[in-house]
Amino acid sequence: MRLDWEIAKRGWRRYAAYPWATVAGAFTNSIFGFLQAYILLAVYRHRAAIGGFDAADAVTYVWLAQSMIMTVYIFSWWELAWRIRDGSIATDLARPLDPQRYWLAYDLGRAPYHFLFRGLPPFVLGALVFHLHYPSPLDALAFVVSLTLAVVVSFGFRFVYNSAAFWLLDFRGVVTLSTTVVIFFSGMAIPIRFFPHALRELCYALPFAGVIQTPVDIWLGKREGLALAGVIGLQLLWALVLIGLGRVLLARATQRLVVQGG
Amino acid sequence: MIEVENLSKRFVVRRGRFRRERHVVDAVKEISFGVERGELLGYLGPNGAGKSTTIKMLTGILVPSGGRVSVGGLDPSRKRIELARRIGAMFGQRVQLWWDLPLLDSFQLLRHIYKVPPGRYRESLARFREVLELDAFIHTPVRQLSLGQRIRGELTAAMLHGPELLFLDEPTIGLDVVAKQRVRDFLVEINRDDGVTVMLTTHDLGDIERLCNRLLVIDHGSLIWDGGIPELKERYGGERVLVVDLEGPSEPLQVDGATVERVEGPRQWLRFRGSASELTARVAAAARIVDLQVQEPDIEEIVRRIYMR
Repeated sequence: MRLDWEIAKRGWRRYAAYPWATVAGAFTNSIFGFLQAYILLAVYRHRAAIGGFDAADAVTYVWLAQSMIMTVYIFSWWELAWRIRDGSIATDLARPLDPQRYWLAYDLGRAPYHFLFRGLPPFVLGALVFHLHYPSPLDALAFVVSLTLAVVVSFGFRFVYNSAAFWLLDFRGVVTLSTTVVIFFSGMAIPIRFFPHALRELCYALPFAGVIQTPVDIWLGKREGLALAGVIGLQLLWALVLIGLGRVLLARATQRLVVQGG
Repeated sequence: MIEVENLSKRFVVRRGRFRRERHVVDAVKEISFGVERGELLGYLGPNGAGKSTTIKMLTGILVPSGGRVSVGGLDPSRKRIELARRIGAMFGQRVQLWWDLPLLDSFQLLRHIYKVPPGRYRESLARFREVLELDAFIHTPVRQLSLGQRIRGELTAAMLHGPELLFLDEPTIGLDVVAKQRVRDFLVEINRDDGVTVMLTTHDLGDIERLCNRLLVIDHGSLIWDGGIPELKERYGGERVLVVDLEGPSEPLQVDGATVERVEGPRQWLRFRGSASELTARVAAAARIVDLQVQEPDIEEIVRRIYMR
C-alpha cells in the first residue's frame, strides 16, 4: 500500500513537471467545450429533449466530458507499448514489482492531477458562461466513485491494447483503432443517448460507457436508486474484467517474451 | 552463485506478411558454466551472439527453451520477483531511472520497491553519493543529466538495495575516459569490499582487461571460451611481434621462424612464435640491431581473431 502511494506520487509529479503542457491542454479543452456547446445549443433550438437530455443537460455533458478527457486519459496512451517496443520492459521485469500494479498506481496518481488542473479550469469556465446542471450531494458522491472507476476501466483497457506491442512489431494501428473505439463508444464525441435505441443499449453494455457517459449520467441525476447501483456495479465488473484480461496477457507475454532490441 | 547447464533459447520468428514462414533462431545453444560468489567476470561476444539473451534468462525475464539455470539457488523465471530483490541489473543503453523526475526521487521510489529499511537506505545512499560524486546533480531531473551522470545514477539505482549479484550490460558504453575510470573503480570497490558478484557484458575490452579475472566468450549462441585472460592470450595470441631498429633502411630481413610484417625505414616488424631471444640472436646474425622491442598481442587483437575463426 505504501509502495502504491509512492508510485502514485510519482505519477502526479511526472505530469506536474510540465505545467505549460497543462495550461495548453486546458486551453484546448475549453475551446472544444465552446465549440461543442454551441453546436448542441443550435440543435436544441428545434428540440426540447433528445434521449432524455434537455439543453442544460447537454451543455453540462459537454463541459463534464471535456473536463474528464484527461482524467480518464481517453486519448492514446503509449507508455507501456513504447517500453515494450524499445525493450525497457526488461528493466521493469528485473524489479521485484508487478508491471500492471505499478502502472495502475501510477495512473491513479496521474488522474487526480489531471482532474484538478486539466479538468477543473475548463469546467469552471463553462459554468461561468453557460447554465449548467449541478448534482445533489448524493449524486456528487456517486459521481466521484464512478469517475474513479472510470479511470480504472480506462486504464484496464489501455493496458490491454498496449500489451499488443508484445506480439506486434508495429503497435500504432492497434492503439489508434482502440482510441477511436473509446471515443465513439464512451459517449465522448456525442452522448450515447443520442444514438438510435439498439446502438445505445449496446454502448451501455460495453465497458466504454463507463469511461464517460456513466459518470455524466450520474452527475445529471439520470440514475437513481437501484439503477445507480446497477451502473456503478457494471463499471466495477468491467474494471475487474479488463484488469484480469491485462494480467492474462502480461503472463502470456512474459512466458514467451521476445524483448526487442537485443 | 550461478549454475547453468545446457541452457538454450530458441526464438520462433514469423516472417512475411501473408504467407507467414516460421523461422527458427537459436540465440543460445546449450551453454554451461558456473559462477562462484565474489567473482567479477566478463561476458563477451559480438553483436547478436546471445549475450543479452543469456542475461535475460539469468534474471528471469526470458524463459529458457531448454536446459537448467539456477541463480542464488532459485529458478529465475519461476521466482523472478523473489530473485529480483537479491540481484541488481543495469543495462547501459536503457534508462531505468524515471526520466521526468529528479534523480533522488528515483532512488526514493526504488527504496520502496525493494523495501530497503530506512537506516540501510540512508547509509548506502550516503556512500554512493560520495563514491560516485552524485551531489552536484542529485536534484536534477534525469532527462537533463549528461550520459556520465546518468550512468552513475543508474549504477546507484542498481546497487541501492545491496544485491549479492550484479548484472551489467555495457556499463561504460559512450562514456569518456574519466567517467569510464570512475565506473571501473567503483565496480572493483564493490566487488572487493562488499563481495558483490559481478557479471559484465561489454564490447569494451579495456573494461575486461582492467576488471575481470575470468572471461566467457560467446559466439553464435555457443560458449567458445571460459577461462582467464592470460590463458586466452596464450591460446589465441601465441604470436608476438619483434620490432627491430637497424642501422639503416634495408630489404625485409630473411630470418627462420619469423615473417616481416612491415618495414618503415630502418624499423622492421617481425611476427614470430616461440622464444624472443633466439629470434633476436638470428636477427643479430643477419644485421646490426640498434634497438629492439617485443610486442605482446593485445586483447583486442585476440578477440578479433576469435571472432574471425
